[in-house]
Amino acid sequence: MSIAYQIIVCGSIVPDPLQTLEPVTGPAGPALKNEMMLPAILDPWASHALYEAANLTKNAPGSKVWLVSLGPKAKLQQVMMTVAQKVPFELVALDGPASGFTEAAEVAAALADAISAIPGLDKSKLLVFGGWESASRGAGATMQMVGERLGITDQFQGVDELKIAADGSLEILERIEGGKHQVSKCAGAPALLGWATGNLPEPKNNPQVGMVNMRTVMPALQKAKPVKLAGEGLSFASVSLPKQLRETKIVKDKSADEIANEIVEWIKK
Amino acid sequence: METILLLAHTEADGSLAKSAREALHAARTLNKSLAGSSLVVGLVGENVQAAADSIAACPATKYFGVAGKDFAQSRYASDAAAAEAICKSAQATIVVAPATSRWARVLPGVAQRLGGRADTHVTGVADAGGKPAISRWYYRQRMEATLTRAQRPWFILVDPGSQTACECGAGTAKVETVTVNLPESAKRTTVVGIREPKADAQTIRPDAELLFVTGAGWTKKQADGQTHVPEAEKLIRGFLQVSRASLGSSKSLVDLGGEGQAVLSFLSHLNQIGQTGSTPRHPKGLSTCCHGEEPHTVGWRFINERRAISLDPNCGWARGKADVLYVADAFAVMRKVNELLAAKKS
Repeated sequence: MSIAYQIIVCGSIVPDPLQTLEPVTGPAGPALKNEMMLPAILDPWASHALYEAANLTKNAPGSKVWLVSLGPKAKLQQVMMTVAQKVPFELVALDGPASGFTEAAEVAAALADAISAIPGLDKSKLLVFGGWESASRGAGATMQMVGERLGITDQFQGVDELKIAADGSLEILERIEGGKHQVSKCAGAPALLGWATGNLPEPKNNPQVGMVNMRTVMPALQKAKPVKLAGEGLSFASVSLPKQLRETKIVKDKSADEIANEIVEWIKK
Repeated sequence: METILLLAHTEADGSLAKSAREALHAARTLNKSLAGSSLVVGLVGENVQAAADSIAACPATKYFGVAGKDFAQSRYASDAAAAEAICKSAQATIVVAPATSRWARVLPGVAQRLGGRADTHVTGVADAGGKPAISRWYYRQRMEATLTRAQRPWFILVDPGSQTACECGAGTAKVETVTVNLPESAKRTTVVGIREPKADAQTIRPDAELLFVTGAGWTKKQADGQTHVPEAEKLIRGFLQVSRASLGSSKSLVDLGGEGQAVLSFLSHLNQIGQTGSTPRHPKGLSTCCHGEEPHTVGWRFINERRAISLDPNCGWARGKADVLYVADAFAVMRKVNELLAAKKS
């Protein structure tokens, strides 16, 4: 593998999945209650994309990873304190909302503009990574729109594996229905990959990597371009938590045999 | 006045999948509720006539098709070109499509090309005072929103399993061929195959009646102070074989596997359900050894009848979420369940 790739990872922040989330209606539309107070993490699928990108640079010397992230600057800074210790990257920060209720097309426009503005970008070496969905909007739409704006029509979603051949061609495994993977071969960069979980474990924190990253993270946050997402044409009639609380029948005093009989009857019903 | 386009792709055998008929049902719902709207059908595939004929009795006024070898495979560049051409030919203002992996990959990009908007994972469509409205979930199925949009074309990708399938009958449809000349740049990617576990090792069965959810409790120390992972594996595999259920797993159990611990060897991230996994739709669900509150429980948000086996009577996974909670040892219960099911089978 001799190509030095330019790998752009798009990923934003989401509330820690263990937090209780409650929708509220604000002047700008729906939001989460105490949104700015909720602890945040880098979106899980974007994290996988970032780890895969970093892993790729190990096998393709000279490659470089940028993390393009749109979110409230203060929250981004908090999250970067942890993320920056995982793998080497250069941050491109955009200061704006990271709410799940923002519009994918507007987010895509902001991300594509930020990517296009990266100096020295060479499309023949460009791989754009991101999560195939997010844990906030969960649309699975933003990355495709980013790709279209950048003129990339070799796109893959639900990616679990990327292999690069000696000739620079890409072999990609995408999740499809029924627990299967579609295997595709692509001639090479540029390509866009929306990652599912991939196969890599979360890297351990490395303070040395963190020190190097933070040299660029802090200036990137300071010069983060403000982004306004108007949600034009989008109107929410309601946002609510599911109400159905089931009346759970607790069965405590039956033997395993009795329970098994009951379950089998229920399955066969 | 809205022109509602049902946009579907054919399967490898030229037929339409159930998810396409479900999307047709949603398109028809909008068509009926929006006064003056018209319904048209667009199909993409190697051959589309048989698929069009199979739904010819639906009240679509026109059928458009992009066909040919180049459109047999599920590939972004060719699918985008085909979908774009059909949308333009049909002058569609609303595009309803099944949220299959093939369409979910490409249609948001096509919306971008056409200056429209896309909503995925849509679970309901309705009339909101003469305007179309959709329902979809946010924050991984933790809250549901109803929304409308002013932009057109509006791409609505309907989640498979969320609608009843349209039962309109067959006939002969007159398909208007839309010609798409693919440039070489659209052929840089080739689909070379499908990778799947062997038939007897496949544990994900989207059409199964039952989702069997395994939690981390299967790998924990039992009453004798020891773990019994090989026995757990045997019981779970045995149950899947005799019940033909689909297997889901909590994140913790899948992650243990990723960390190299000796856990259930056949589990992968593909089995993972919940906040960072899938939210499958099955008529029934049986969870075993699961624990935790939201967000873990979103994994069975779309399961109709739910039962759980847990040693903890206050288990947050089950209380208020399941219809029946059996406070019992899952090892003992499932051993007997397997015996009973095997006996019934033989």
